[in-house]
This record gives sequence, structure tokens and C-alpha cells, in this order.
Amino acid sequence: MKLKYILSAFVFVAFFSCKNDSEKKTNSNSTETKTVKNTHKGQASVELGEGEEPNVLQVAMTYKDKDGNKPFSTLVVAVQAAGVEDALVNTGPLTVFAPVNGAFDKLPEGTVETLLKPENKAKLGFILTNHVAPANYPIKQLKKEAKKGRKLYMASGKYLIVENKDGKMFVGGTEVLMSVKVSNGWIHVIGDVLVPEE
Amino acid sequence: MFRVIPVFSQDPEKGYGYSEETKPMLNTSHGFVPWGDSHHPDISQTEGTVDGRWVFINENNTPRIARISLKTFETEEIIEIPNSAGNHSSSFVTENSEYVVAGTRFSVPFPQRDMPIADMKGNFSGALSFLKIDPEHGHMNIEFQIKMPGFSYDLSHPGRGKSHGWFFFSTYNTEEANTLMEVNASQNDKDFIAAINWKKIEEYVKNGGGKMVPAKYAHNTWDDDTHTATSVMKKEVLVVEPKDVPGAIYFLPTAKSPHGCDVDPTGEYIIGNGKLAAAMTVHSFTKMLKAIEDKAFDGDAYGIPIIKFDAVNYGTLNQPGLGPLHTEFDTRGNGYTTFFISSEVVKWNIKDLKVIDRHPVYYSVGHLMIPGGNSRTPDDKYMVAMNKITKDRYLPTGPEVCQSAQLFDISGEKMELLLDFPTIGEPHYAAGISADVIKKNNPTKIYKLVDNKHPYGVKSEAETRVVRKGKEVHIYMSMIRSHFSPDNIEGVKVGDKVFFHVTNLEQDYDVPHGISMIGANTSELLIMPGRTTTFTWEPKEVGVWPFYCTDFCSALHQEMQGYVRVSPKGSNLPISFTLDGDIPGEEEE
Repeated sequence: MKLKYILSAFVFVAFFSCKNDSEKKTNSNSTETKTVKNTHKGQASVELGEGEEPNVLQVAMTYKDKDGNKPFSTLVVAVQAAGVEDALVNTGPLTVFAPVNGAFDKLPEGTVETLLKPENKAKLGFILTNHVAPANYPIKQLKKEAKKGRKLYMASGKYLIVENKDGKMFVGGTEVLMSVKVSNGWIHVIGDVLVPEE
Repeated sequence: MFRVIPVFSQDPEKGYGYSEETKPMLNTSHGFVPWGDSHHPDISQTEGTVDGRWVFINENNTPRIARISLKTFETEEIIEIPNSAGNHSSSFVTENSEYVVAGTRFSVPFPQRDMPIADMKGNFSGALSFLKIDPEHGHMNIEFQIKMPGFSYDLSHPGRGKSHGWFFFSTYNTEEANTLMEVNASQNDKDFIAAINWKKIEEYVKNGGGKMVPAKYAHNTWDDDTHTATSVMKKEVLVVEPKDVPGAIYFLPTAKSPHGCDVDPTGEYIIGNGKLAAAMTVHSFTKMLKAIEDKAFDGDAYGIPIIKFDAVNYGTLNQPGLGPLHTEFDTRGNGYTTFFISSEVVKWNIKDLKVIDRHPVYYSVGHLMIPGGNSRTPDDKYMVAMNKITKDRYLPTGPEVCQSAQLFDISGEKMELLLDFPTIGEPHYAAGISADVIKKNNPTKIYKLVDNKHPYGVKSEAETRVVRKGKEVHIYMSMIRSHFSPDNIEGVKVGDKVFFHVTNLEQDYDVPHGISMIGANTSELLIMPGRTTTFTWEPKEVGVWPFYCTDFCSALHQEMQGYVRVSPKGSNLPISFTLDGDIPGEEEE
């Protein structure tokens, strides 16, 4: 038979979703005309599956310290206000220097409130992307970067200096307090906001 | 298209049949066979309902049956069928997945021997093989082969419900012609459906019946712990002669050269689609049992009783269309039959033997599929027709054009065409199941590194290394977003055989990496998170040669590459390997 090719050895298995069918029925039984909103949802809306490790954003949103506080709640609010959630969930690899809530308190009074205003969305986004390196930098690698005098290229387009001070790692002048492995890279916790120079 | 699963053919995209680990999957008694001609996937069942554990599929050319896991969506097992040729009336599963069957389309000397072709009649046999399925792991074993007369066994289906324990095979070429078959195999007005009481034969075998005879066939299994396939050549098979199990096998006369042999969800009706006949034959299981009891026979063929046509026949569907091939069913008492010559699907009521609706298809339909079609409980909202010829329908693409499939809504009185799409050839047959069942089975997302028992696997970058063993160089390599370790290797020489044993260290869902090497006479590898896979490279020229990641893995995918330095044959350069200037695992803290 002329139709037989190597590809015919691949299995054709079809799957049918029952959900579509029930939706269809609901619609046809309903007398109301419903307008379906075409709400685009980014990759940040993908839920954590059973047995999967959480990504940068999922860890930032759910992480609790020993007192039960969420140390990254201000950061998460800022990320959402800037609309950069999707940038923290993709396959990466990403290295994120995550300022704790106290870091934002160190900024001059009113800074956070101002940045959260809609008209400052771009500026806020610029500051936040200065905390994200599109690369895989566990502590071991950061030490290597310091030793070789290599700077970190951040998603803001700016560079950060890495220093090893007696085994303690400093990035952009602030100390890395703790590191967390996440599914799409690393979170290094810091105590300062890394405001880029304009 | 969600996923293409290579089974009997090499697949360079995934490295299946190219990697050292998967090559044994394609081993046969004839050696390594790189391709297959698969036909009929069928999903495993529990209590007459598809359960979504495994898909079984047959290979026609080099008779084999494969089992695919619907957890990993990979081929886990392939078993060759000895004494068979043209493994076509396969691979259908009984209602509790007790057996998957494999029937012979091209009868052959059994065992094979040097003899004149013209002496075929009475000297060839057709093996019908029953493969027992281990209920926990799905492993297959040829429990017994029935040595049937030398007809062509074309398609088959199991009994279900009341007829569970029986299996039905359509036959053609009961003439036993060996040349110009299109004429000589179409002489008899009726051929047969063979009705096999497999429970009776199983009992016979359990009590020591049958005879172990020498045979040679490969049994290939995949191990998810070592990520490696093993091929074992088996040396004997249990053969059952029909005459030794009286009352287990009967022939049901069926209109001229039947193709499809389909059993309705209740198990009462056995339908033979006589591809050359003007009528479709509907047999009754209840009448068959009565006829056997009454000995309503019309002689025998090679000692197998032929039941009188009227004693087994429920009725015929006259002039339903031209060239009936296959029938599937809904739960409302209707059959849906494909007609190749008249290019249509016909819906008809089995009890009334009346046509309800007909719908043209474009063109020349082969199989059709209703999810759970081979079960007591078809999921009868949709039907897919698979068409062989598209002629004027799509873009002309040279002498051959695409084939097509068409999706119908069959929930109402009339069949309604929902979707019509071109597809790769040939869309032979399909198996369908509700997506919810697959999701509930929780398909594999990653392979856990801690469970990786591959002898050349690594658990971390610190374990990566390069080891020379004479002319063999073994690279224990890792991959993670977005680099290989090591990525600079020196000391390889022309004439070496280099093994890249590559472990994907990712433990994140949907992050495979690939690898390929310039000058390697094999395919790329596509490696799932936590898995180790091997390819070989025999460098023939000195130089510095790059390798790279072939799967768009991450933002720095383009940077994921490395180099191997190849020195002349007599070079004294020792093996060395580094990542970022250091030996992996020996970096300064």
C-alpha cells in the first residue's frame, strides 16, 4: 500500500475533553447571551502542579519566616503593580536578589507609595528588573564571579558588582543573607533595594 | 497533536532507536529493524471500560506487539510474534485486559521450511497468538499460539459481557490461494469468522495442554530505573492444535472476504463487514451457542466445525453502501460503518437492521473510531473518520497529498461534521479515551534524580568526569540551564570511540535538554529531567569540535554549548575536562 510510511508506526491516540462538552450544553440551554471576555492570562497564572517545585514568584508569594510573617509581601505588591509577574515564572534560568520588606522601609519616606502609582509603572519595573539576572548563579557561582572579577548583567541592562568579603557574598554593595533554590533558578535574599543609577 | 510516540520506528527527534539505551527496543529475530508498519492501537480495559493505563499496538511487517505507558507516554515493551507473518488481526484487548491478541494475515509454513509455494494449500498455517498481560505492570507473555488453517486472519475483536471469554477473527482467502490474490482469494461466496473460546483453551493449557515448540523471537523491555532497554531472545512457544481442544473453535460463514470483525457493546452481535459483499452479516452470539448445542453444522474445515449460516445469523443489512470496512458502536443500539468505495459513514440500527443516517466523507474512509469503541461502554458523543484519499481537498503537494480525519458529533439522530483536518499518513486506526481519565492517572512530570540507577548517570555536576578505557572514552556529562558540565574536553584522539552519557539534572516540569555533536553518525538526544541517555561519536578528523543543546530549553539556550579537542592518533595529550576553567567538583569554596 502506498500509504504506509515510517510515520504510520507512530501511534494516533485521541483524547476527548468532557469539559468542552458540558460547557457547550450549558450555552445551548441558556437563553441569555453571554459575552465571553477574552482575558489574556500570562504564564504567571499557571498553577503549581502536584509534585512540582515552586518558581521564583510562587516562593516569593508563599514563603514565611519562622515567625509566620511573609518577608517578601512588599516585593510581591511591587511586582504586581509593575505587571512583571510573568518575567519571574518562565523557564529562566533566573537569579533574583529579593529585598525583604525591611529593605523598602530603608528608602526615603514616600518612595514606595510614589512608585506604586500607575504613572510610575515603568520606573518601578526598571527598579525591579535590576534585581533579576537572566542566568544561573548559585552561591558557588557567585563566588566564582567575584574571584574572576566578573560583573552580573541584570535584566535592567545595568551591571552589579559581586564581592566576596571573608566568605560573605555582597551584590551591589549589599549582603546576601540567605539563598533558596527554586524551580527556575535561585532567590538570594538581601536587605536593601538595589536602586539603579539613572 | 499533543505528542508523537515512536514505537517500532526510529525517531531522530527523541533519539528513540538511536540512543544506546533505546536501540534494544527495535531488536528482532531478524536483527535490528529500524521501522514498522503499525495498525491498530487499543487501550487497556478494566471491567469492560477503557482504563487509560496502556495502549497496545501491532506491527504488521515484522510481527510484533508493543505496549505504551500512558503515564510516561513512552514505549515500554515490544514482543515479537513467531510463526506469524503480516500481524494484522491485532492488537485487541479483552475486557479485563487478560489478553491482547495477534493474528496472522499471511499464512506461512509453521514452522518455516523450504517448500514449493504452489504446495501452500493444506501445508501453511495461520497462528493466532494470545498474549497474557500481567495486571500490575502490563508485561506481555505469549501464553499460547493456536495453529489454525492457512487462511488470512484479517481483523478481530473480543467478546464482551455475555460473550466474554470468546474472541472473533474474520478470515479471507479461505481458498488458500498463493498468487494473484485479488482474484483467486475472492472465489468463495462466503469466508468465515473464526469464533475462539479462549477461556476453554486457557483451561486446557493450564492443565498441561499444548506443546512447547522451538521458536525464535525477541522480547524487549524498558526499565524506568536504569533508563535502559533489554532485549532477550526467546527460544520456544506453546502451540495448541485445534483438534486437541474440541468445542473451542468454530467457523461462522460470513459474506465474501470480510474485513472488519466487530462486536457490539452488549456482546450479542458479531458483525462481519464483507468488503466485497453487497450485504453486511450480523451474527448472534445467543444463536451461536444454541447452534453449537444443537450441532447445527455444515461440515468442517480442517476438522473445525462450520456452523450453518442460518443457525448463527441474526440478519443481514442489505445494500447499505459499497465496500463496508469497519463498524463501531454507540450505547443506543446503533452501529456506524465505514464504506471505502462509496466514501461514507452509515449509521444503522442493529436490532432493526435499518439505515438511520449516512454522511459522505472526503474520501475513501478506512477505519472510524468512537472513544472506547472496543468496550462495553463507548463514550459515544464523538466519532472520528480516517480517510485515505484527499485528492482535490487541500494544497496539491506533489504526487502524494495528505490524508485526512473528520470529527463528527454523533449525540443526535443525524451525524454532524464538526471538524475536518489534514493529517500525516496514514491515519490508520485510533483509540480514544476521555482526557479526564488520562489526567487522573497523573502522567509523569519528571524522573527523580535520586531514583536514577543508570550505571553512567550523575547526580550532580561534581560527579561529572571523563574516563579513558583503552580506545573508549566515557564522558559522564550533565546538563542544566544553561550549560553542560564539563564543556571543554581535551585528550580525545582520532580512532577513539567516545560515549556521551548525558544526565539532565533538571527536576522541573517540561524542561528537557538536547545534545548533538558534529560528525556523530546518529541522531540528537532529547533528554527528560532526571534521565540519562547515551550516544556515541567516533571522531575521524583532528580539530576542535562543538556540541550543543538541540532543544530550546531556556533564555540562554544559544549559549548552551561546548567543545571537544581531537588530537592525532599517536598524541600523548592526556584526558582533561573543565567547566569555566575548573575541574567540576574541585572548584575552590
